[in-house]
Amino acid sequence: MPSLGNIRRSFAPWEDPAAKPYISFQNVTKRFGTFTAVENLSLNVYEREFFSLLGPSGCGKTTLLRMLAGFEEPTEGELYLDGQPLKGVPPHKRPVNMMFQSYALFPHMTVADNIAFGLKQDGMAKPERDERVAQMLKLVKLEQFAGRKPHQLSGGQRQRVALARSVAKRPKLLILDEPLGALDKKLREETQFELMDLQQELGLTFMIVTHDQEEAMTMSDRIAVMDKGVIVQTGTPAEIYEAPNSRYVADFIGSVNILEGKVTPAGEGRIVLDGPDGRITGAVRDGAPATGETAWFAIRPEKIEIGRTPPEGAVNRLEGEVWDIAYLGDMTIINVKLASGTVVQAATLNRFRLVEDPIGYEERVWLSFNPDSGVVLRS
Amino acid sequence: MTLLSAIRSRLVILIPYVWLLFFFLLPFMIVLRIALSDLEYGSPPYTPQFSLSDGWSGIWDKLSTLDFENFAFLVGDSLYINSYLSSLKIALISTLFTLAIGFPLAYGMARAPDRIRPTLLMLVILPFWTSFLIRVYAWIGILKQEGLLNQFLLWLGVIDTPLEILSTNTAVYIGIVYSYLPFMVLPIYSALDKMDESLVEAARDLGCTRIGAFWKVTARLAVPGVLAGCLLVFIPAVGEFVIPDLLGGSGTLMIGKTLWIEFFNNSDWTVASAIAIILLIVLVVPIVWFQNAQAKAAEAGK
Ligand SMILES: Nc1ncnc2c1ncn2[C@@H]1O[C@H](COP(=O)(O)OP(=O)(O)OP(=O)(O)O)[C@@H](O)[C@H]1O
Ligand SMILES: [Mg+2]
Repeated sequence: MPSLGNIRRSFAPWEDPAAKPYISFQNVTKRFGTFTAVENLSLNVYEREFFSLLGPSGCGKTTLLRMLAGFEEPTEGELYLDGQPLKGVPPHKRPVNMMFQSYALFPHMTVADNIAFGLKQDGMAKPERDERVAQMLKLVKLEQFAGRKPHQLSGGQRQRVALARSVAKRPKLLILDEPLGALDKKLREETQFELMDLQQELGLTFMIVTHDQEEAMTMSDRIAVMDKGVIVQTGTPAEIYEAPNSRYVADFIGSVNILEGKVTPAGEGRIVLDGPDGRITGAVRDGAPATGETAWFAIRPEKIEIGRTPPEGAVNRLEGEVWDIAYLGDMTIINVKLASGTVVQAATLNRFRLVEDPIGYEERVWLSFNPDSGVVLRS
Repeated sequence: MTLLSAIRSRLVILIPYVWLLFFFLLPFMIVLRIALSDLEYGSPPYTPQFSLSDGWSGIWDKLSTLDFENFAFLVGDSLYINSYLSSLKIALISTLFTLAIGFPLAYGMARAPDRIRPTLLMLVILPFWTSFLIRVYAWIGILKQEGLLNQFLLWLGVIDTPLEILSTNTAVYIGIVYSYLPFMVLPIYSALDKMDESLVEAARDLGCTRIGAFWKVTARLAVPGVLAGCLLVFIPAVGEFVIPDLLGGSGTLMIGKTLWIEFFNNSDWTVASAIAIILLIVLVVPIVWFQNAQAKAAEAGK
């Protein structure tokens, strides 16, 4: 059977029904006054997992993490860490460290003292502590800044101090609230890999919030996509990308074309969608929509072929006019406007430096795609 | 920059200096000159009097009669030294009490919900709308033998004979703490208000108990506010005259009162001026120390 995203995982405790979750949210609800920030949320995260939370601003990601760290108590539901209920356990008694979204660096302490704070609190001896601090400074590449105060640092440097401070104690569970948002691309990628190394090396469990989906994809074992206090989908990066369960998730991660239509079954696990853009055949994985129901076919731009002539033998093909072209270096994105007015995005990989006769603006083109290349969505 | 605007920008810088010159340095020089003069029964009650008709040599002769006699007199008489010491003691104890009451008050205000914070701030400032003198007077009504406090305590049955508070040092402490409380609360409040609540959470996350986080973060970051508050209370309290005069008794020794007696009752301007000069010198020490601490705190970051 073909696998999603061409990755075979060796680490997948969530697929093992006998595996004991390390973190377990059970029907957790958090209300602030009348406002519900997190609603009836259940989630299991396993030991050594790198788990990411994605979602728009205000969807309750930070609130979820704060409950785990012990700064908020759930209004309803239970929270377990390593099988133990967390209710009433104060933050300092939880084997959890959190990197705050606002960094929360102590302004009266130097960078080194900030990083050493938690170690001192644990009563670690000075030589060992100094060594650990040096190691952390190296991790975040701030060796020359050990003696500075937080207000003498740039935003990205402060973020790195906050990261180093939370990692320093090597907690069993590390909670990072947007740890790398203020870093430039190169530094971000380097830090990502170092965090992953650290996780491998120390066997930590990571729970991280990020707004950068590429980051979530790179680092995570699993991703949860949140919306308005609920988790819409949990899955591996490939599952989230290739098999989103709703238009919301499909649209939230990466670019996607969504084509609407009324359902007619077509046999062999396929259905036909008749909509304003024409007739589209799609493959259904689980839960085929009923005849006459409105459904959506979601397909990623890179899975659409584009050509000048009507493609022979293609199950799905759409004709349109080139509306816009964006050259991104590694690939070119072409927006094609269909007769219905819908704009469909197709991406082609630029595998050759020189192209004989590239597609230009206002040309008539044909788009084609396989029924298996996209997903049929019911919501 | 045109010449005019250059001059104007210089002037702007000069204004505070001119202000200091006229309203601090000049009066100080006048007081110092009186302190160095000799007592004389006349009007004004000190010599020498300078006059332009003396000519240069005359003025020089008179200048050379200035001396430190009055200061020597102050040092020689234990009344004055005791007054200073007693003032410092009363001011210090009052400052500690003000801090003990003011810090929790400021802390409560800074942690209060946003909605009611302006109201709380208003309540702290509200007493300033009534004259200081009237407020101190009001305490006489509260503290006297048949005053409100005693009536209340008698009614409660806590005591069966009225307490003697008025005309004691206790009344002076109460008066100072009450009067200067806002000066303690406001700077501490401002320091705590600026502080990010997530710092305390970060400390707790890294292994501090609630109390540990309070000392290591909250209290530590409130230090500049606490220092400012203590100074704002201590310095005027040392020279306080109205409160010991109205609430204190004959046993209350404070330098402000001594100075008043020298000046108005004994008409001894020269000794009164010397008292004032020494008071200033005594207070300069904590002020300079405070300035240093502030500068250090500023360097350590906001
Ligand atoms: N202490 C609080 N009191 C009232 N409302 C709160 C409180 N904390 C959070 N909220 C609300 O709960 C919702 C979720 O907040 P949360 O901080 O979890 O969002 P988030 O997903 O982390 O967003 P962002 O990506 O912007 O950080 C928001 O609408 C926020 O206004
Ligand atoms: Mg957040």
